Formats: sequence, C-alpha cells, structure tokens
Amino acid sequence: MTSGDRGRPAPRIAVVGASAAGLAAVEGLRRAGWDGLLTLVGDEPHPPYDRPPLSKQVLSGSWEPDRTGLRSAEQLAGLDLDLRLGTRAAALDAAARRLTLDDAERTVLDCAGIVVATGVRPRTLPGTEGVAGVYVLRSLEDALALRERLAAPGRRLAVVGDGVLGAEAAAVATGLGHRVVLIGSGTAPMGRVLGAETGALLAAVHRAHGVELRAGRASGVVTGPDPAGGPDGRHVTGVRLADGGTVEADTVLVATGSVPAVDWLGPSGEAAAPGAEAAGAGARAADGVRLDLADGLGCDAHCAAAPGVYGAGDVARWYHPVLGRTLRVEHRMNATEQGLAAARNLLAELDAERFGAPRPFAPVPYFWSDQFGLKLQAYGVLEGADRIEVLCLEKDPLRLAALHGREGRATGVLGAGLPPRTVRGLRALVAGDAPADWDEALAAFRTAVQG
Amino acid sequence: MRVTVDPDKCCGAGQCVLVAPEVFDQRDEDGIVVLLDAAPPADRHEAVREAAAICPAAAIEVDA
Ligand SMILES: Cc1cc2nc3c(=O)[nH]c(=O)nc-3n(C[C@H](O)[C@H](O)[C@H](O)COP(=O)(O)OP(=O)(O)OC[C@H]3O[C@@H](n4cnc5c(N)ncnc54)[C@H](O)[C@@H]3O)c2cc1C
Ligand code: SF4
Repeated sequence: MTSGDRGRPAPRIAVVGASAAGLAAVEGLRRAGWDGLLTLVGDEPHPPYDRPPLSKQVLSGSWEPDRTGLRSAEQLAGLDLDLRLGTRAAALDAAARRLTLDDAERTVLDCAGIVVATGVRPRTLPGTEGVAGVYVLRSLEDALALRERLAAPGRRLAVVGDGVLGAEAAAVATGLGHRVVLIGSGTAPMGRVLGAETGALLAAVHRAHGVELRAGRASGVVTGPDPAGGPDGRHVTGVRLADGGTVEADTVLVATGSVPAVDWLGPSGEAAAPGAEAAGAGARAADGVRLDLADGLGCDAHCAAAPGVYGAGDVARWYHPVLGRTLRVEHRMNATEQGLAAARNLLAELDAERFGAPRPFAPVPYFWSDQFGLKLQAYGVLEGADRIEVLCLEKDPLRLAALHGREGRATGVLGAGLPPRTVRGLRALVAGDAPADWDEALAAFRTAVQG
Repeated sequence: MRVTVDPDKCCGAGQCVLVAPEVFDQRDEDGIVVLLDAAPPADRHEAVREAAAICPAAAIEVDA
C-alpha cells in the first residue's frame, strides 16, 4: 500500500458487523482492489444473512433459514477474509485505529481503516426479561423462536408497535390463523411514515384480514405462573397499556423500534483502553478524536466518522448532501449502498492516487414492505411530511401512489400495486441533484400515475 | 459471464434495472426480476457485477 511498507506487516482494514452493510463493505473493498488484510468481525455465529425475509418467508415457514444466506461459502472464501464470527468488537480507539475484540485472547488489531457496520438492536419492554412468551424480531434466532411459538394453532398474539416490522409480523401471524392484536396508533399502521390517509388504507387491509388494531401505548406486561419455567417461572398473559387497560395475549412480540449498536464505541467500551476519558458520550478528547454517538455513529457526507473510521448501514447517521441534513436509514437497500460507499471512500482516504477521490454519499433512500400480498415501495424520505398527495388507480384503494413533501419540496414517493415502470417514474421525481419543488413534482406525479 | 437470477428471492426493488437495463427487467404484475440476457457482452459486465452487488435480496448471481 503506502510506500514505506518495507518490513512492516501488511496493512489491515477491519469491518465490524457481519451483516448486509459489513458484507457490502468487504466486497466493495476487494472489488476496488484492496489487497491488504481484511478482517470481518461479527458477533452472530452465522455468515452474513438477510433480515427482511425473517418477518416474511421465515416467519411464515415458507423458507428454511439457510435460504437467508447472502453469499455462498465459495463466494465468501473468494473474498480472502480474516473472518471472525461469533466475536464481538469490545472497543475502538479511534485515534489509534485500534480495535479490541471480545475473544478469549482480547485480540487487539491495529488497522489502517475501520468500517463500523454494527446495525441496531431491538428495544424491549421494561420488566419482560426472563418472561416466557415475549419475543423480539431482529435475528434469525428471534425469527425461529417466534415461528416455533406460532407453530401451535390458536395463539393470541399481541404485537406491540405498529411500525413496519410489527405490521408485517401481524400480517404473517394472521395468515397462519392466529388471533392478532396490533397495538399502536389504532387507526394507521406505519402512520408515522405513511401519514394518516395511506395509513388508514393499510389499516383497512389489516382489519379485513382479521387483525384487531388497538390504540394504546404499552407500559409493560401482565404475567402469570409458568410451570415450565421452574418455581419462579413467569409467563406472559397480556400487555399492560399506559391508559390502564390490558390486552390479553399468550404471546407478545415487542416491535417498538431499535437502538443503534454503538455501546462498544462509547466511553464504557473504551474502559479497557488505558487513558480513556470517562465523561460524555463518545468522548475521546485526550487525543483529539471524538466520535459523535448522539444517534448512531455520526458521519460526514463521505460516511467518515473520524480519520480512517467510517460508518455504514442502520448504525450510521450521515450528512446527506442533496437533502442537506443528517439522516439515519434503517432499510436494507441503504445498508448495501452505504457499505459500498464507505469502502470506496475509506480507500480514497488511504490512497487517493490509487483509488481515486472520495465521493459524497447521496443515495435515493428506498424501502419496501410486504403485507397480506400488498407490496409497498418507497423512495426518498416519507417521514416528517407536511403535505401528502394520495392518488388511487382506477379507484382501487390497493393500487395507490403518494407524494410526500415538506416545506415546499417533494421529499418522497410511495407506491403500492403499481407496475414497475410507474414505480421507476415515481422514483425519478425524488432522484434529482436537488430537492424537487413541490408544485412541479406534483404535476409530474399526477402524470406519472395517471398517464 | 453467466448470469442467473432467483425470482423467488427477488423483492422487486428494481435496482438491477436501474443499473443494467439491457440485462434485467421486471415483470409488470409484481415487479419480479426478468433476466433479458444470461450471457451479456463484455461492456456490460461491470454494470452486471454492480447489480449483483447492490441487489438487496442477493437474487443475482454472476460467475466469472
Ligand atoms: C425482521 C426484519 C424485517 C425487515 N424487513 C425489511 C424490509 O422489508 N425492507 C427493508 O428495506 N428493510 C427491512 N429491514 C431492515 C434491514 O434488514 C436492515 O436495514 C439491514 O439489516 C441493516 O443492515 P446492517 O448491516 O446495517 O445492520 P444489521 O443487519 O443490524 O447487522 C449488524 C450486525 O452487527 C453485529 N454487531 C453488533 N454489534 C457488534 C459488535 N460490537 N461486534 C461485532 N458485531 C456486532 C450484529 O449482531 C449484526 O449481525 C428488516 C429488518 C428486520 C429485522
Ligand atoms: S435488484 Fe434484486 S431484488 Fe431488485 S428487482 Fe433486481 S433482482 Fe429483484
């Protein structure tokens, strides 16, 4: 790599988090020509696998777990990785680019560059630890545990949180024949993202399939004795709502969002390293490198959090140069795109002559969701809209398009039941080099949808 | 270069069509990928590799 290599060990790049973003990063690094050491550290025991099928094909039982694998063993072998699965990264000394692993040897890796791709962890409900019948849904193990639970017929499932994950799981469990209560807004699943009107259409779909939508905020669970769990065993019998009511359930899925996995980057993660400063989140003031851990790992427009340290995927909040603000996107497409971008820009920082100049990361965010055979697809940013225009095709409420805007700009589009060509036409409305003017975008939106 | 797609894994994101429209298309009914050219010419290899890398469902495989 650098000219002074003589006698020194080969330089190393370490990617932490062996899932969608981490995989994209290592593939991007190799494709661009990184021929130094390449370490991929992941605390899960599995090679990289895909999460979106967990709440869809895996939960419904139509896929066996091995189908979720993102790459074959040969494809992974071809990347020539120093692959460390089942291993947690314990601490990062960002200034020294030194990574400490939580393995038996407390391995310390000196790196030329580091990509942080540790994703997010699911939130839990207070007081549910050790209570049987309470589930979260983030990992393969989570999905298989819930699937096994739902293998017995006639469960009463309460899903806490009516965001995309809760709504998908409610749809699958209903399809399996269980009685499902979806606790959240009560009127508009995914309403925070979709807005009231589209949310109400989705609510109608859920109700038509038998999902009970319940307005409420869960404050905890109600439990009863669980003979299977020993003398102190507790089993969930319901969800307690903040307004005093309860929802009876023998199975509870907590889908109330997630927290970025940055614990290991903070001061306590650093505690192992001598001289760490204990005060303030992410403080590393002693050597002048300060990671911003306010909401995930704060990164600049190149996905850099500090010199030689990059972030990608669900964990990374970065400055989106076209949108002109910081953004953290918890969607599958972004994980891949940002993993590739972080790889490219890290190499550019290490050796611009060889790898070219860094490029700002300015993707058109994308997500999809499948519920009851309905596929929602969205580009751009739907959240935070102050105006939303919804059009239904041929008066069919399940074939719809929505344009979301904020402060006079079009920010996002949503489509359901539309042909792919129309969806690509919608994408173009929010894929420009600058935020689109609302009125212009609205006219183009009507043409794109109605032809 | 041999390209294969797994329609069963495809989630209809359409990224492949944006990157390599000569090689990939999507079905009108459900947006599932359609392979137009299983042995694309050399000048499309880079785009096809890019499509395989960014496909969010790992539904595209490329050999060589
Ligand atoms: C059930 C489910 C359904 C979804 N469905 C959709 C969908 O339909 N459409 C969509 O767009 N998106 C969907 N998503 C979101 C999508 O899966 C995520 O955006 C994507 O997985 C993010 O990838 P990532 O690599 O950034 O993070 P993650 O996938 O969270 O991976 C991070 C990895 O890092 C590991 N890790 C964490 N801390 C450490 C540490 N200290 N040391 C080592 N390893 C560590 C974690 O265990 C994990 O393996 C879904 C997510 C879930 C859970
Ligand atoms: S990019 Fe992948 S998931 Fe999207 S349409 Fe193409 S093959 Fe399907």
